[in-house]
Amino acid sequence: MLEPERTPPARSTWRWAVIAASVAVLLLLFGYTAGWLAPHRLTPQRIVDALQRNAGLHPGYRRNHAKGICVTGYFDSSGNASAYSRAIVFAPGRTPVVGRFAIPGGNPGAPDGGTPVRSLALRFDLANGQQWRTGMNNSPVFPVATPQSFYEQLVASRPDPATGHPDPLKLAAFYAAHPETGAFRAWAKETTPSSSYVTESYYGLDAFYLIDAGGKRHAVRWSAVPEAAAGASEMASATAPDVLAGDLQQRLANGPLRWRLMLTLAAPGDPTNDATRAWPPDRHIIDAGTLVIEHVQPQDNGPCRDINYDPTVLPDGIVVSDDPLLAARSAAYANSYLRRTSEHAGVPGATRVERQP
Amino acid sequence: MSRPDSFHPLARLLHWLMALAILAMLFVGVGMVATVSTRHQWLLAIHRPLGVTILLLALLRLGVRLRWRPPPLPSDMPTIMQWLAISSHWLLYALMIGMPLIGWAMLSAGGFPVMLGRSWHLPPILPANSALYAWLRLAHGVLAYLLFFTILGHMAAALYHGLIRRDGVLSSMTFHRLPRRRSPAPSTNTAPEAGDIGSPSQTDPPDSPGYGTPPL
Repeated sequence: MLEPERTPPARSTWRWAVIAASVAVLLLLFGYTAGWLAPHRLTPQRIVDALQRNAGLHPGYRRNHAKGICVTGYFDSSGNASAYSRAIVFAPGRTPVVGRFAIPGGNPGAPDGGTPVRSLALRFDLANGQQWRTGMNNSPVFPVATPQSFYEQLVASRPDPATGHPDPLKLAAFYAAHPETGAFRAWAKETTPSSSYVTESYYGLDAFYLIDAGGKRHAVRWSAVPEAAAGASEMASATAPDVLAGDLQQRLANGPLRWRLMLTLAAPGDPTNDATRAWPPDRHIIDAGTLVIEHVQPQDNGPCRDINYDPTVLPDGIVVSDDPLLAARSAAYANSYLRRTSEHAGVPGATRVERQP
Repeated sequence: MSRPDSFHPLARLLHWLMALAILAMLFVGVGMVATVSTRHQWLLAIHRPLGVTILLLALLRLGVRLRWRPPPLPSDMPTIMQWLAISSHWLLYALMIGMPLIGWAMLSAGGFPVMLGRSWHLPPILPANSALYAWLRLAHGVLAYLLFFTILGHMAAALYHGLIRRDGVLSSMTFHRLPRRRSPAPSTNTAPEAGDIGSPSQTDPPDSPGYGTPPL
């Protein structure tokens, strides 16, 4: 600095080498962490790319469960769950909800009868500014237990360009290699695609922990059980590709729709890290309150459009379990959310959304 | 308090604390968006509170920088190097303060609660707006890489000063007990960052240890 007789500049090669090596080491570590130097790592980008490849590119839409409809309503808590979770959503009282019914797959124009799976996503807006987001399916179990298997399933079910359908041999090979898909496949085989979202039960699939006022953890899975369990006609899928939205609008015109929010507590030894295995039916079940759906809006401009139903957005009183799917869902949903919001915003590089005149 | 040829001790402490925090933050950030493993969850849980910590430290550091001006750069540094040094430092300050704010604004625009822990959360600083989210998310990622490469350049330049030029610039930010120089001749250097509180070293007695003596 203010140094009159400075040491003359050094010219030795090793000094330059130290500088270059320091930069290179930091750069390599950063590159590895960012995934540039780890091409085999399963990233959220690769999962969403696979979804996009299977369904085709539909700018502005979710990359999975693309076809859906927004609903709004509220949750009336019974207070029964407040002994197990300190989340204020479980204290007696009302919490507003923005939800979304959907069918799986990345094609927003898919026929409703193409799959027996229906989903319900919810965002509870708690009075203290916290949120509880959950995405549930009408299947009690998920096909796979890990993100890696989910990715392999996507690859195996990629439509053959020649036929437009997945290669049955590849699918069979995947199922043979993944016996854990058995419970889901049995459910899918015996389930007729419902013509109504309203008559379905929806299961949170992954396990979580409720945290009570004393800080004690209780492993839990939740589900929404409909009050109107009967009344869904068997659907003629070929003639009614959008039967679900029409049915929902019709039913809501006659009044609000209700589900009971049920919390199933695990017994010791019940798996919390495996969404392919249901817990035995004799577990302690808490009726936490009533979910009331009052209004329906199209997803193109409804309040659910810009919500990422990331199941790891949780209020104080609920935490994620060791289920490996949860982190993957969070990471992949975020990537899908970034893609579709970028498309809506016209960010350079994002696929432009065709704007209706 | 401070040696005239060094940064204020508080500035040095903040520098090294923040160097660790920001490097950790950059690795956490690029790591969490590039994995679907359970690491994603705990990296995200670190990212937000660490970001707020960096924002608070950066504001404190800006105050320290304005209160105790940094030692001047050696006058024999080429103009272009001086310009690079000064502009890259202000870029670093802008990014240290800007990145956490953009992250906070981005989560606000995305409609996410800005959770800092299990129950602690910050209020939104923008209304929910998905287009704004998309732009801010892009900015957050691009500026993170800019910050990383600026830090790489900063580190390389510091080592260049310390190993090649050996002009005391690096040691002005390090901690050492003994004075490095006992040169009797007064400096004739002029400070490129003029406006510093005098040039106290010019009035120091030749053998002033500097460290621990009052600046004037």
